[in-house]
Amino acid sequence: MKLVVTTSPHIRSSLSLQKVMYTVILCLLPALFWGIYYFHIRALFLLITCSISTVVTEIIFKKVRKKPVSIGDGSALLTGVLLAMVLPPYLPLWMAALGGFVAISLGKEVFGGLGYNIFNPALLGRAFLMAAFPVQLTTWGIPARASWTSLDAITRATPLATTLPKFSGNGLYPLQKLLFGLHPGSMGEVFSIGLIVGGLILIALRIADFRIPLAAFLTLVILSSIFYFTGENYPSPSFHLLAGGFLLGALFMATDPVTTPYTKKGRWVFGMGMGALIVFIRLFGGYPEGVMYSILIMNAFTPLINRLTRPLPLGGKK
Amino acid sequence: MKKLSFPGGVHPAEAKLTASAPIENLPLPEKVVIPLQQHIGAPNNPTVKKGDEVFTGTLIGKGDAFVSSPVFSSVTGKVVEIGNFFHPVTGKGIAVAIERKEEEVLDPAIKPVEDPENAEKEVLLETIRAKGIVGMGGATFPTHVKLSPPPSKPIDTLIINGAECEPYLTCDDRLMIESGQEIIKGVKIIQKILNPEKTFIAIEENKPEAISSLQKLLEENMEIVVVKTKYPQGGEKQLIKAILKRDVPSGGLPLDIGIVVQNVGTCFAIYEAVYRGKPLYERVVTVTGEVNNPRNLRVRLGTPVSCLVEFCGGLKEGVNQVIFGGPMMGIAQISLDTPIIKGTSGVLALKRKEFPPEYPCIRCARCVDVCPTSILPTQLAKIVKFEKWDLLEEYHLMDCIECGCCVYVCPSNIPIVQYIKAGKDKLRRMKK
Ligand code: SF4
Ligand code: SF4
Repeated sequence: MKLVVTTSPHIRSSLSLQKVMYTVILCLLPALFWGIYYFHIRALFLLITCSISTVVTEIIFKKVRKKPVSIGDGSALLTGVLLAMVLPPYLPLWMAALGGFVAISLGKEVFGGLGYNIFNPALLGRAFLMAAFPVQLTTWGIPARASWTSLDAITRATPLATTLPKFSGNGLYPLQKLLFGLHPGSMGEVFSIGLIVGGLILIALRIADFRIPLAAFLTLVILSSIFYFTGENYPSPSFHLLAGGFLLGALFMATDPVTTPYTKKGRWVFGMGMGALIVFIRLFGGYPEGVMYSILIMNAFTPLINRLTRPLPLGGKK
Repeated sequence: MKKLSFPGGVHPAEAKLTASAPIENLPLPEKVVIPLQQHIGAPNNPTVKKGDEVFTGTLIGKGDAFVSSPVFSSVTGKVVEIGNFFHPVTGKGIAVAIERKEEEVLDPAIKPVEDPENAEKEVLLETIRAKGIVGMGGATFPTHVKLSPPPSKPIDTLIINGAECEPYLTCDDRLMIESGQEIIKGVKIIQKILNPEKTFIAIEENKPEAISSLQKLLEENMEIVVVKTKYPQGGEKQLIKAILKRDVPSGGLPLDIGIVVQNVGTCFAIYEAVYRGKPLYERVVTVTGEVNNPRNLRVRLGTPVSCLVEFCGGLKEGVNQVIFGGPMMGIAQISLDTPIIKGTSGVLALKRKEFPPEYPCIRCARCVDVCPTSILPTQLAKIVKFEKWDLLEEYHLMDCIECGCCVYVCPSNIPIVQYIKAGKDKLRRMKK
């Protein structure tokens, strides 16, 4: 009989890389389905385009570099899905495809592939598109016709954008509309309830750590409350939470393990920094939306945060 | 009674298949192969030669160094060979092969300590050394060394380790249930040697029978502490953290902070050595996992594992791995001829599937969260992988206790412990 020899431990938990990635995708489904339903078939095309683009880009890179094709791990697909979710639903599809290419190539593969990238690939893809096509990236819309297969859209400003420079959005978009996703916005960002449910499931399953979303949430609520209750014409905390990309960002992007701190303390720092940056960019920056930049900035700080929050080993001295 | 724990750790399925199986004596094997090296420390030399007749309990190997521990024949018979045989820890090693005779005779030199209750501390210590007692939890560090702290380091607390946190293993559990009195007597001997202010007997909460049976036998200045069922609760540093909230300094030993930890199996062996004069030539082994009838067996040292497996109804179809010890820290064996030694607490048969490949680290920090030593396993694995040797110490490589929690949880299936072991080797070589 042939006995196999391996190093200890000889048992493993059932969690695998694939399971992590596909669980995240599953938890995104409620928000995704709503986005497709609400924005009609164009949103579906957008999703398909982004997914194909990221997956194909990764295959090409691996082939060129003669590395094993790792597409089965689901990470490239997840990047594609997330990218589609943060784009305006009526974006020209070739732009979306370009975004997917950039997300994987510049966002991931140039760093050495999965696990070595500094920035969230989907957000990096979006940042690129934002720089290259600022008009298209800030053109939002709602479906023009009731027919689900209709390709037309009426352009509108997003709730956050209508609020600047002088805020008047509190009344225009009541809470119910924001919760149920009945407003213009990015394809996957509008259905707040779906994102909250999906995100909480992700945390309950311990796929995502609660610290960053919680820290970001608390910071955002506290800071925006201070402005809301002391100043005039500032958006309410609930508006901050629901009207833009906060939920998707905090629950699904800032919990991307690769680009966020691996120490517990570091995760609190990341979340607080992210929450604060969002409020300041939205209120005082030149952009109506601050989630993407906040996360990318905190991504850049992550190595530093890791270094500064390194835990002391048991029985160790400073 | 308090329930205590340490930070980090994992909860693998307990799989204590043999928790209610009483300890049975394994029939004596036809032949034993007894490795000369069964402890951590200086090597032993054989004291017998080919052709010698030996009794059960006859000394067959010893060393001159203080940190060494003698070995004894576990059967009555004739030395047929001294040579290189399978060794469960080192792969191969010098061992004495003895063919058993029908009639068993105990070595006439075996005598209990006179009036053990009132024996001098020095006599007790010398008995523990001379009878070959080592840490029975698997560490196999010579017990007399551990019980001889330098005078500059007074011991205030003795912890008796009955945690048995490794999944599957039940030998300590059964020993506590069946031989509580002997264990307590062993504890009293250690108390006499060390004179600690406090003595705690630590047992994981998943062993209620052991807890209640020892509870009834407690003597003055002994307390049972129930610790949480969590791996590696039985690690010395983890146990100390859980019970006393004290940190063993990085790179140091428990005795640096006035603590000695002893396994319950060791206490039992000490009792047998002192009260019955018995050298360490047998131990309790849990035979478990994918064998047809998992059991707890009292086994003569040097018995090939094939005898244990056979007595337990053989391996199930499809078994391809046999481990000495538990699934988290045990050592996979290459042969069923490998003998049981002093530190073998279990024999675990497993059906291992195809091993999934190693994926890239996604920095998910699961390993960081479970590491009971609070070091950064992911970082260490990377440092070794990319050969950044100068960073190893900065990231506290040497503090790793190789418990395997990090590998257990890693979704990318990275053999972090393997990297860490390689790093430790490298560091040791660099320091030379
Ligand atoms: S658990 Fe594995 S994948 Fe996660 S950070 Fe640790 S080494 Fe990396
Ligand atoms: S790094 Fe070492 S001590 Fe930490 S979990 Fe891994 S094996 Fe255990």
